Amino acid sequence: MFTESIPFLQVVVPILPEIGLLILLLTVLLVDLFTRLVRKRTLGVVTGVGMIVIMLANLFVGFSLVNDASYAGTALGGMIRYDMLALMFRTMVLIAGALTAFISIDTPVVGKQGEYFGILTVATMGLSLMSAAADLMMVFLAVETASISLYILAGFLRDSKLSTEAGLKYYLFGAATAGLFLYGLSLLFGFTGETNIYNLAAPLGEMFAGDDTGAFAVAVALLLLLVGFGFKVAAVPFHFWTPDVYQGAPTSTTAFISTASKAASFALLVRVFDAVWPVEVAVYWTGLLAAMAVITMTLGNLLAIVQKNIKRMLAYSSIAQAGYTLIGVVALTETDLGTAAVAFYMFMYVLTNIAAFTVISVISNTTGTDEIADFAGLSRRSFPLTLAMILALLSLSGVPPLAGFFGKFFLFAAAVDAGYTWLAIIGVLNAIVALYYYLTVVKVMFVDPNEDTRPLVITPAFAAVLWISGVGILLMGVIAAPWWNWALNAAQSITAMAP
Amino acid sequence: MIPLHWYLLVAAGLFSLGLYGVLSRRNAVAILMSIELMLTSVNLNLVAFWRYLSPETVNGKMFAIFVFAVAAAEAAVGLALIISIYRNRQTVIAEDINILKW
Repeated sequence: MFTESIPFLQVVVPILPEIGLLILLLTVLLVDLFTRLVRKRTLGVVTGVGMIVIMLANLFVGFSLVNDASYAGTALGGMIRYDMLALMFRTMVLIAGALTAFISIDTPVVGKQGEYFGILTVATMGLSLMSAAADLMMVFLAVETASISLYILAGFLRDSKLSTEAGLKYYLFGAATAGLFLYGLSLLFGFTGETNIYNLAAPLGEMFAGDDTGAFAVAVALLLLLVGFGFKVAAVPFHFWTPDVYQGAPTSTTAFISTASKAASFALLVRVFDAVWPVEVAVYWTGLLAAMAVITMTLGNLLAIVQKNIKRMLAYSSIAQAGYTLIGVVALTETDLGTAAVAFYMFMYVLTNIAAFTVISVISNTTGTDEIADFAGLSRRSFPLTLAMILALLSLSGVPPLAGFFGKFFLFAAAVDAGYTWLAIIGVLNAIVALYYYLTVVKVMFVDPNEDTRPLVITPAFAAVLWISGVGILLMGVIAAPWWNWALNAAQSITAMAP
Repeated sequence: MIPLHWYLLVAAGLFSLGLYGVLSRRNAVAILMSIELMLTSVNLNLVAFWRYLSPETVNGKMFAIFVFAVAAAEAAVGLALIISIYRNRQTVIAEDINILKW
């Protein structure tokens, strides 16, 4: 298998972001070593700028080579699949990582720790691999690289009861579901003797069509995989960790978990479920996911309404957003629009949620808490912050002409196109419910009185993040077509170019 | 030779014990041990499948090696988190770690 020599570039190009991130990790550790006494701000700047450089390099190389026959398809002995979907999701993950690094600079405690930025880089590496993994081993390794780093990031504030509790809860829930997920992977390997996800569908199909025992065994593997993915994307009934972790973890970590981790998990979910399950099984998993989508949207939105803590509210909102996105996954067996809608939605969600958590960071740096009540009178205290928060909230609720509107539009269009009109209707109803609690925050910002007149400091790092994400939200909304075409290309690339 | 399904039954039994432990134990360290039991049973599964179904490839062996390497890293991080909880609260009972709710 490895007897013929593979040209150097064909080995390097498919894992370019990971190589870049590894170099960045070593650089960050070195910078940490030599800036002990100097200004620690350098750490975050190096990490953030490094990730942006890696993202741009990967985009540049990717767009020129991803359709080139000698690079496209699976690489590195089948471990990685180099295609447009991987390119798009890696871009999202790297953007989220870079913006998180910038937010972390001015987040108390974590901003001065080299380890925080190092582990953030490793987590980004894991998530980047998740976007491209094409082998059961790589799937497991990528998921665990990302998860283990995220547990540490969530429990990073060792002296904070909230943060350590968040870390432990995330760990216990994550490790247990990882065990179930892994058992599912071992069954898939056992049923087929293959580990490449693109070779699994045919033997699994035979087994499913064979007899009742075979069908039952495939169903068990499917359920175990669903548990793992349900945990990663925070879908009901595997969502219990989400509000606790979001509230307890340092705000920059919350921003990262809610965006990059969710995006990469959806990339993996789309790729694995599209490739692994044979046509005969498709009707079952789409049915299960459709049910999960409905419960996830509804429960997330209803529980978000009663929250008093803004991070907790956004946690339930992020559960609801995962529910909307699952609609796209359900639709992907019928139409390419499904995958494209998932990719577009995740891209806009990354930018939008980062903007929201940046505003929360600025405010909690002054007040020390993160209650919705802290937002009272924000419109009179800081106009730029109010504007950024309104952009983020309206985009999350799906108000035109912002990115979120097109995200939801494409998702529901994909559902209708695939024959799931009822799912689209439930999605629209849920979006209306969600509008209520997003607008409650807007009301608090404009109407409620607040005696607190302490100045809100928007540091250059926060300003940069708000600018990047704010402009992104507007751009993806006002000029949605190029992004949508990119997402469509990505969707077509997972089925095209058979390995 | 012992038939394959014996190994699979043992692995499934161990896995179920681990899962039962995760769901029923109150002590965080015991939950961690149960999780390790789940991962170990997966390894048994992988090695048995590899030996009986595709011994000519290295897939199953490699997978098992990755799994226990990752399991070790996971246990290290888990114990570290449990220690930092213990320093803050002087308890490792999962039910008492409940500041965050609703």
